[in-house]
Amino acid sequence: MDNMAAKPDETILDEGIEKGAALLTDERIEKTILRVLNTEGGARIKVYVDTCVHCGLCAEACHYYLSHDNDPRFSPAGKVRQTLGEMIARKGKVDREFMKKAAEIAATQCNLCKRCAMYCPFGIDVAYLMSVVRRITHLLGMTPQYIQATAHSHSVSMNQMWVREDEWPDTLQWQEEEARSEMPKLRIPLEKEGADIMYSVIGPEPKFQAQLLYQAAILMNAAGVNWTMPATPGWDNSDMAMFTGDSELMGRIKRQHFETAARLKVKKIVMGECGHAFRSVYDTGNRWLGWKIPPIPIVHAIEFYYDLIKEGRIKIAQKYAEPVTLHDPCNVVRGGGLHEKARYVIRAICDNLIEMHPNREHNYCCCAGGGVINCGPPYKMARINGNRVKAEQLFAVKARGARTLIAPCHNCHSGLEDINHYYGLEMNVKFIGDILYQVMEKPE
Amino acid sequence: MDALYRFLSGPLAWVSFVVFIAGSLYRLLSMGFLVRRKEKFIFSVMSWKYSFRSIFHWITPFASVNMRRHPVMTITTFAFHICLFLTPIFLLAHGVLWDDAFNIHLWALPNGLADIMTLVVIAGGVFFLCRRMKLAEVRYLTTLSDYLLLIMVAAPFLTGFIAYHQWIDYRFFMTLHVLTGEIMLMAIPFTRLSHMLFAPFTRAYMGSEFGSVRHARDW
Amino acid sequence: MNTEEWDWETSEKCVAFKDWHQQFEWVEEPYVSPDGEIIAAIVNVGEGEFSICANGNIQESSFEKIWRLRFTPDGRLTALASDAGEWTVTVDGAAWENRFSYVWNPLFSDDGHSIAVSFQQDGQYGMALNDVPWEQTYMNLTDAFLSADGQHTAASVQMIAAGESEIHKFQAGTISAAVNGKAWDRNFVNVWGKAVSHDGARVAAEVRLTLYDYTIAVNGVPWEKTYSSVWEPVFNPLSGKFIAPVRQDGKWMLVEEGQLLWRKPFHQLWHPQFSPDGKNLAAIVATEFGKWSVAINGQAWNIRIGELITDMVFSPDGRKVAVVVKDNERWGIAVQDSVWKNTFDMVWKPVFSPDNTHIAAKVEKDGKYTIVMDDRIWPHTCDAAWDPVFHPEGELLLFRTIEDGVYRRRVIPIRGIWG
Repeated sequence: MDNMAAKPDETILDEGIEKGAALLTDERIEKTILRVLNTEGGARIKVYVDTCVHCGLCAEACHYYLSHDNDPRFSPAGKVRQTLGEMIARKGKVDREFMKKAAEIAATQCNLCKRCAMYCPFGIDVAYLMSVVRRITHLLGMTPQYIQATAHSHSVSMNQMWVREDEWPDTLQWQEEEARSEMPKLRIPLEKEGADIMYSVIGPEPKFQAQLLYQAAILMNAAGVNWTMPATPGWDNSDMAMFTGDSELMGRIKRQHFETAARLKVKKIVMGECGHAFRSVYDTGNRWLGWKIPPIPIVHAIEFYYDLIKEGRIKIAQKYAEPVTLHDPCNVVRGGGLHEKARYVIRAICDNLIEMHPNREHNYCCCAGGGVINCGPPYKMARINGNRVKAEQLFAVKARGARTLIAPCHNCHSGLEDINHYYGLEMNVKFIGDILYQVMEKPE
Repeated sequence: MDALYRFLSGPLAWVSFVVFIAGSLYRLLSMGFLVRRKEKFIFSVMSWKYSFRSIFHWITPFASVNMRRHPVMTITTFAFHICLFLTPIFLLAHGVLWDDAFNIHLWALPNGLADIMTLVVIAGGVFFLCRRMKLAEVRYLTTLSDYLLLIMVAAPFLTGFIAYHQWIDYRFFMTLHVLTGEIMLMAIPFTRLSHMLFAPFTRAYMGSEFGSVRHARDW
Repeated sequence: MNTEEWDWETSEKCVAFKDWHQQFEWVEEPYVSPDGEIIAAIVNVGEGEFSICANGNIQESSFEKIWRLRFTPDGRLTALASDAGEWTVTVDGAAWENRFSYVWNPLFSDDGHSIAVSFQQDGQYGMALNDVPWEQTYMNLTDAFLSADGQHTAASVQMIAAGESEIHKFQAGTISAAVNGKAWDRNFVNVWGKAVSHDGARVAAEVRLTLYDYTIAVNGVPWEKTYSSVWEPVFNPLSGKFIAPVRQDGKWMLVEEGQLLWRKPFHQLWHPQFSPDGKNLAAIVATEFGKWSVAINGQAWNIRIGELITDMVFSPDGRKVAVVVKDNERWGIAVQDSVWKNTFDMVWKPVFSPDNTHIAAKVEKDGKYTIVMDDRIWPHTCDAAWDPVFHPEGELLLFRTIEDGVYRRRVIPIRGIWG
């Protein structure tokens, strides 16, 4: 209908969406949509749809829109129009081809980053509306294959990566042993009831990034923190069920996480540098279960580092010399207000912080979050093409001297690595913890 | 024509006010009850401080990043909405009606100023129309109803302007003015013009989420 | 566990725990036997060499790794230990005969006579009960369970191999429950928390039949009704049936084999628990979003707690319920619909006296530990403390604490606590 400069991306064949769609009937689609709109959904859907005046002011908030040469189909309201708006207008009478497109848009063309909520004059929460679409596609069994597989992992192992019950304590013991070559009396205390802090991480850490556990152990021991890690399921704070629309499974894994902390009688849960997990434990999962705030306080790594440095529990031997820039992850900055604390920490451990623009709450998304990177290889290029604007933003800050890109979030980290390689940025992508480990004083 | 005018400015005016007020109350209350039934958590998030922090930032011109990015749109929007809101209430000719109907004595706008404000609304409508047709991201979202709403909002001002200046058939345009004004009033609760009712609440909710949960700005 | 036979005569016994630190490279967090006679800790006795020290005596055998030191309820000292890449369970210093590639998650029966662990041997998974491994092993195992009487083990096991990306194969059902090593006849999408009937003949578990249909399966046969979610089942000793919280139309309710048990639904409902006589049923509930309470036989208390309710316990006569509560960032105790005035940085599970009249709990304030009883605080601040134990007649209390590096086992008359 519209004459667009950019051609739409070809619909990507995804086994989860395709096979799920093949089993659909029009009745089931209609019944499911009406169930979500009328039975599960409440006033927000109705008010948002009635309040949106189709002004298009949300468009420039979205990195997909900006990266696709202002193609209006990628604007937040444009995505609502192609999905939920149409379902409502047609009272659920949409066909399977429509649902396939809707599933793809909701799952892979929106990171639920909520930047657009800051650009809409009415504060309409398009991320929420996209979550509603994901809920519908979940109930229709047409979630993209890779993220659905991850949800299956959550359901069986209560972690994101099919880490088996024995592999978890075994990995921690292995890392403890490794780290003792650096700090001979180091401990990763398992199941220590009454510790001050339970440290929780996401599945990929024991699976692929055990060095992060190592670094955390060094930090905890150097700072003399009274900490523990559970040896049971419940150690993983991640949550792809939140992003597939499987709220019931989300509730189950969050309950296990919090009840594990309650069982260990810790006063706080400190979590690693992960954004989506923060959203799940701080905002979304706890609320689904009926907890207004997390029943055991959640401290994100950024805030934890901030406290350790501010209280002088960690000393810096020599600051990191290479100029750095900071990517503000949506879930901990727009979702947790940790941007100034992140800057405090980075200034304490790095010589030179060069700001990218826009930054803080207005930073562009990494395009990996919201479960998009978890939709796997079929959508890798959709992510990279959908975030050209991020590459432009990074080239600009690189031109001003930044060489290291700090991303204190796992999904951001992985997504930015892809941007980094594809666009040839040649920046070093690091967690804050990587640098902190490198520059801190380590007692013998 | 006289009988029609008397009907429009008499019984139908009352009907339209009743529909507007009762309809608005109905919409707001039913949404409130729906929140209570389905999304009660929203009440627990709401904060006066952060609601007003957000509303304040969004009713102040250029107080949000997005407003600064679109200066023409921002100026037009503010001018349009201010004039749209104030002109019908404080127009001298309407003041007589307020007095007659409700015995309310309102301060009245000087006629020249009211004339300019009317033009601002009409010009704003034209601007929005052009924007809808020209800008791809707006056009993509536009449906027939968006044009109808624009016409519905501009019509009372256009007809009122023509009638006031008595260029062509005063009585016809006066009648049309009253009719279109009443249609608009009655349409507010039941069309997307209801953003007038809901905007403070959506803004307050998002402001509260950002302020008390997310500890971040929402402007 | 017969507490009558414990030493209730000696008013105080001490162990100089602090001295151990000079003796060993490092001493891990100590554990104390239920009767308070032994304090023990994992100690490092050299590079890559660990042992267990109990009351100052080091166990003869040492291992490359030791973890999960715990006393059984009947006072045996257990740990998981590894040597030459193999893992086993040690009980009072003696290792089990069986060795495994890995062992974890030790479970004890209520009387402490049974010890079960999950094991992995060459990539195959099973459970071992009192040094007897399951004959049948599986490709994966989760959610291990030991019945309270220590007679039955059960776990969720994977029956069909499915690649991570084979989502539709997974959704057809690859998981079952194995009871005493033998799997049910039927596979499910998921199998989670379990319960066993008192005669041991029936095991119930939370199951997911599809991605959306949850219910309880008993011996592999699902209830007829399905729900949008369920929580773990509990055995009803009076009716002989299983009950479980289930979610329907966005609300949680309590059902018994599909029949509604409590008329009123709740925003949240979990941890249902029968009184010892089975006559009363309590659960932790949220009456609405963010407002937590306890419901007894379907009727919620009047108190509303904002943050968390946990560690629910019935009095021995089943007439009272106590819980740990967290409100406004402070931890406390609520008993019979009334919240104690004192608040703490942390509160452990409350303990009822055998005559149902007193409630005591370990608490933490400003980094120090003490005991609170009936909302009055014992005026000693300790570096460590364990749950208080009441004498069966109810006149005496056993306090187990560490003060100034000395472990103290104190027997105190209840009337003398405050003086």
